[in-house]
Amino acid sequence: MPNIVVLVKQVPDTYSERKLSDGDKTLDRDSADAVLDEINERAVEEALLIKEASEGEVTVLSVGPDRATEAIRKALSMGADKAIHVSDAALHGADVIQTAKVLAAAIGKVDGVDLVIAGNESTDGVAGAVPAILAELLGYPQLTHARKVTVEGSAIKVERETSDGITHLEANLPAVVSVGEKINEPRYPSFKGIMAAKKKPVETLTVADLGLSADEVGLASAWTQVLEASPKPPRQAGQKVADEGDGGVKVAEYLVSQKLI
Amino acid sequence: MAEVLVLVDHVDGEAKKSTFELLTAARRLGEPAAVVVGAPGAAGKLKESLASYGAAKVYVAESDEAAGYLVTPKVDVLEKLVGSASPAAVLLTASADGKEIGGRLAVRLGSGFLVDVVDVEAQGDEVVATHSIFGGDFVVKAKSTKGTPVVTVRAGSIEPEQADGAAAEESVEVPAVDAAKSAKITGSEPVTGGDRPELTEASVVVSGGRGVGSAEQFEVVEKLADALGAAVGASRAAVDSGYYPAQFQVGQTGKTVSPQLYIALGISGAIQHRAGMQTSKTIVAVNKDEEAPIFEIADFGVVGDLFKVAPQLTEEVGKRKG
Ligand SMILES: Cc1cc2nc3c(=O)[nH]c(=O)nc-3n(C[C@H](O)[C@H](O)[C@H](O)COP(=O)(O)OP(=O)(O)OC[C@H]3O[C@@H](n4cnc5c(N)ncnc54)[C@H](O)[C@@H]3O)c2cc1C
Ligand SMILES: Nc1ncnc2c1ncn2[C@@H]1O[C@H](COP(=O)(O)O)[C@@H](O)[C@H]1O
Repeated sequence: MPNIVVLVKQVPDTYSERKLSDGDKTLDRDSADAVLDEINERAVEEALLIKEASEGEVTVLSVGPDRATEAIRKALSMGADKAIHVSDAALHGADVIQTAKVLAAAIGKVDGVDLVIAGNESTDGVAGAVPAILAELLGYPQLTHARKVTVEGSAIKVERETSDGITHLEANLPAVVSVGEKINEPRYPSFKGIMAAKKKPVETLTVADLGLSADEVGLASAWTQVLEASPKPPRQAGQKVADEGDGGVKVAEYLVSQKLI
Repeated sequence: MAEVLVLVDHVDGEAKKSTFELLTAARRLGEPAAVVVGAPGAAGKLKESLASYGAAKVYVAESDEAAGYLVTPKVDVLEKLVGSASPAAVLLTASADGKEIGGRLAVRLGSGFLVDVVDVEAQGDEVVATHSIFGGDFVVKAKSTKGTPVVTVRAGSIEPEQADGAAAEESVEVPAVDAAKSAKITGSEPVTGGDRPELTEASVVVSGGRGVGSAEQFEVVEKLADALGAAVGASRAAVDSGYYPAQFQVGQTGKTVSPQLYIALGISGAIQHRAGMQTSKTIVAVNKDEEAPIFEIADFGVVGDLFKVAPQLTEEVGKRKG
């Protein structure tokens, strides 16, 4: 009966323009539409599949501003049981390591965690490191970039897929898993699920509730500091020609003129 | 001069090109010291190539356990070396493994963690890193404010330059693995790259999209790639349709590439695809839809059928090579 915590993050929709705020060079979260990161839908799906195979409970955990509740509701409407939302103005500008510390503290609030499931990489920060850092902080084995997860009793097996190939991993619970894009197809929330989600418990916590101090976690105390940020001038369109039977020759001539062949 | 630790990314006794990029970057910050963690015998064949990219020292940490567990043995070895060598920085490739090793190391050391950087420079005693974020829309410079900076560098962003290094060998004992906190590797199936260059390392990339139409027809893309000595890439729509394997996906959820030349065949140029390729030096696109957004960023665009244009281009390239 695994007790599962799924980490979900709300990110700016990749279809909208993403910017940094002029003032403190943090992500300008208001300029773009926000959505539950696609990879996290797969993380939720995997948690639900494991739960359905052997019962258990799925808790959604998100660290982010107030409107991250939308992402949390989506995960609940897919079928997760309850949620924890850590929201605190002090977290503005937190870096990967600080975020992982807050997540670890919040996971500590859940009794008897067997499995933490995250996405392998978020689309806004693309750190691809939070799950590993969490494993470090929690002292759990990391089975990351999973394309297949099997839980049998207290043993867990994962097929890890990266650009280096496939690695077969084994460990004992409790463990941290991160999922890759190929793991599953996330379900759509049903109407019933959406209605039920409105009544599911969402516990909202501050940094102080987690026993962390505000000056440990925010922008001012970040372990890295942004010195300057500038938008890159957009690429300009070059020449465009219609193929009149000599398109390939034209490209070849262009490449020669650019000394590329 | 302080040492700069470089974690060597190696397969079958060969260092990846990204390791040479790291050694090149390390020379700007101090004295490069390559760190090889692996099974017994792993370092032997690597030494010569590490020396030729300026490694002054090669730390060799070999044991069966080092190769038998995921990520943690490398973190343990690097932590130990940071303690004994007090380096100016630790550099790793921003691969799946490198990002995870770097993150764990940074939190263990209490160090700032600079992620997926495209350039590094020394400013006085400080390491300043350049990031290219949101698919190249923004350029950001940042530094670490605590401890030994741990930096992951995006493959292909620094031009490797050869230099003579002594590659003086020093062996390091691999700390015992705590099996309860580590994942055991019970088997692996490395990707066999074939004869084409690796996607993130190639100076020319030819990619196909949904417009290619089928797995069989991807041959048109491969033939052009082979004529140019290029790597083959694919859009997510092409991957999702089963035309080409996922490890070749270019874009936000695939690989980020920045080659000298990127040729897009039958790709519309959705924002998520552009995020992975728009920092390429030169972009050529072939698409039959003259409104396709890929043309907004292409240096040279052909409105036409890729099945006519690409084979003709392949032939032209062949002719010029004689
Ligand atoms: C969160 C998220 C992440 C994503 N990540 C990625 C990613 O990493 N990489 C990625 O690529 N996409 C990604 N996408 C998907 C992206 O939005 C697009 O759907 C995808 O890039 C489209 O691929 P395509 O251009 O091959 O297909 P289409 O958009 O279907 O375009 C096919 C093109 O081929 C042209 N064509 C057809 N036949 C021919 C012919 N015979 N000759 C010439 N041209 C022809 C058509 O005119 C058309 O422009 C992501 C989407 C989301 C939401
Ligand atoms: N603020 C956050 N709240 C909840 N989960 C997060 C947060 N940041 C990262 N994660 C989890 O960690 C994964 C990898 O993120 P990253 O390391 O930032 O690329 C995400 O897919 C999430 O599952």
